[in-house]
Amino acid sequence: MGLRKMCRGSLMSKIIIGRYIPGDSLVYKMDPRGKLLITILFILAIFLANNPITYAIITFFCFLAIIATGLKARVFWNGVKPLIGLIFFTSLLQLFFMTGGHVFWHWWIFSISSYGVENAIYIFIRFTLIILISTVMTVTTMPLEIADAMEWLLKPLKIFKVPVDKIALVISIALRFVPTLFDETLKIMNAQRSRGADFNDGGLIKRAKAIAPILIPLFIHSLETAIDLSTAMESRGYRGSAGRTKYRVLNWSKYDLISLAYFILLVGLLLIFRTH
Amino acid sequence: MSNDNAIEFKHVKFTYPDSKKAVLKDVNFVVKKGSWTSLIGHNGSGKSTISKLINGLLLPDENSDSKITVLGTNVTAENIWDIREKVGIVFQNPDNQFVGATVGDDVAFGLENRSVPRQEMIKIVRNVLSEVGMLEYIDSEPANLSGGQKQRIAIAGILAVEPQIIILDESTSMLDPSGRKQILKIIIELMKKKQLTVVSITHDIDEANMADSVIVLNDGEIIDQDSPVKIFNKTTMLKQIGLDIPFTNKLILALDKSGVSVPQNLRTKDELKQYLCQLNLKI
Repeated sequence: MGLRKMCRGSLMSKIIIGRYIPGDSLVYKMDPRGKLLITILFILAIFLANNPITYAIITFFCFLAIIATGLKARVFWNGVKPLIGLIFFTSLLQLFFMTGGHVFWHWWIFSISSYGVENAIYIFIRFTLIILISTVMTVTTMPLEIADAMEWLLKPLKIFKVPVDKIALVISIALRFVPTLFDETLKIMNAQRSRGADFNDGGLIKRAKAIAPILIPLFIHSLETAIDLSTAMESRGYRGSAGRTKYRVLNWSKYDLISLAYFILLVGLLLIFRTH
Repeated sequence: MSNDNAIEFKHVKFTYPDSKKAVLKDVNFVVKKGSWTSLIGHNGSGKSTISKLINGLLLPDENSDSKITVLGTNVTAENIWDIREKVGIVFQNPDNQFVGATVGDDVAFGLENRSVPRQEMIKIVRNVLSEVGMLEYIDSEPANLSGGQKQRIAIAGILAVEPQIIILDESTSMLDPSGRKQILKIIIELMKKKQLTVVSITHDIDEANMADSVIVLNDGEIIDQDSPVKIFNKTTMLKQIGLDIPFTNKLILALDKSGVSVPQNLRTKDELKQYLCQLNLKI
């Protein structure tokens, strides 16, 4: 049991869905719909910043949000870490290829100019802030809540005859089966290992071939599960999403007003100090 | 049409669309209201098909004079939804019938389908969860529950919509002995409290032994329906169609072989115990 949990833990930690960390701070009490909306708007607001003051303001607001989660700094570092290569690569491109302003250094097609330095720093800050603020969202909201929030945001699409209820049911069933399928994958891998399969050795082609004995049983298992589940759903009276009531509902709280005011203040400050 | 019959099968034939061989050939049986009926038979004898026919997940062959009546209503394509209101099925695999992302969601699924208002749902969900002893797990996710717990949630989900008939389609076959005992205990309690009719499809002889009536199925035909004591006395018949017999009967057979004959009418566990104790005194 302990071993199974450990294995699942390591598998799960690589994907975002396992990254929810339970807690009880201010951000946790917010409605997921509010969090999702404000996260998206915050990312857009980052592009409003265009001078040192506005960048300082938005960085400050982002760090306030991080502090409000009450989580350790390590969590956010782990969010940034996998993308650090990309951040540096983009910043360096800006640094060496951006021309204009005072030129400090020049060689062949490379040059370092005052514009370049400025832009490299801005890009670096933008990238980091986007990752940090989305980490705030994903670590403090359960996947299920994110799915609920997405359903709510998609609701206006009903006008265009998009089957939002069905999509929501699909998302919630998909999320519910993520751990089950992980368990199943692990079981299949162990079963194949116990008769000699090797998943970590050999070249690219050999490894790709080793995946087949995992994938085929997993597909079959998924289809069988789907058939069983649909039979069970039907026998419990499911006949399409029309006329269904909802057990799980989301409630706006005063914390959502606080975060909205926080965001409006941020945008206001950005607009005031922004240069045109 | 007598009113104390919960389920009636008359000349029911059923063939799966992709096969030529009929799974059920002329099946006739009656389940009394408020009784516990067990359906036994070897693998592939058509037991699960019967459970799916009862609530209209499958419909019998069109060009036959099959007639299925559930609580006075004929099962036809038009009224399967009314039937499903009255019949709840607990399936075999606890993992594959868990719809909701949490326990509460799953129990509420049937209520959501019936457009029950949310406030009522919350009350009902809490009630039925406490009936199966799972109230403290209301926010748990299925990955953190054992198989037995998942089956209890499945029972709660069915109780929530207040059916009159519960079908256990090999519901305990994937559970460990303690999980199995717990589920059966809960079902027996609920059956008494709520006047439920229970149909259990099973390989488990002890589960079949708890029934009021046992139906024996062999290759799509019903070969016997009687009380468990009488059915399990027909050891030769059961062995012929490849079924196991309860421990008591095995013991009687073994005693017979070694020369101790037990009277035909003493077949329950307690009766046998008493008889053997008396025998011991005489010696």
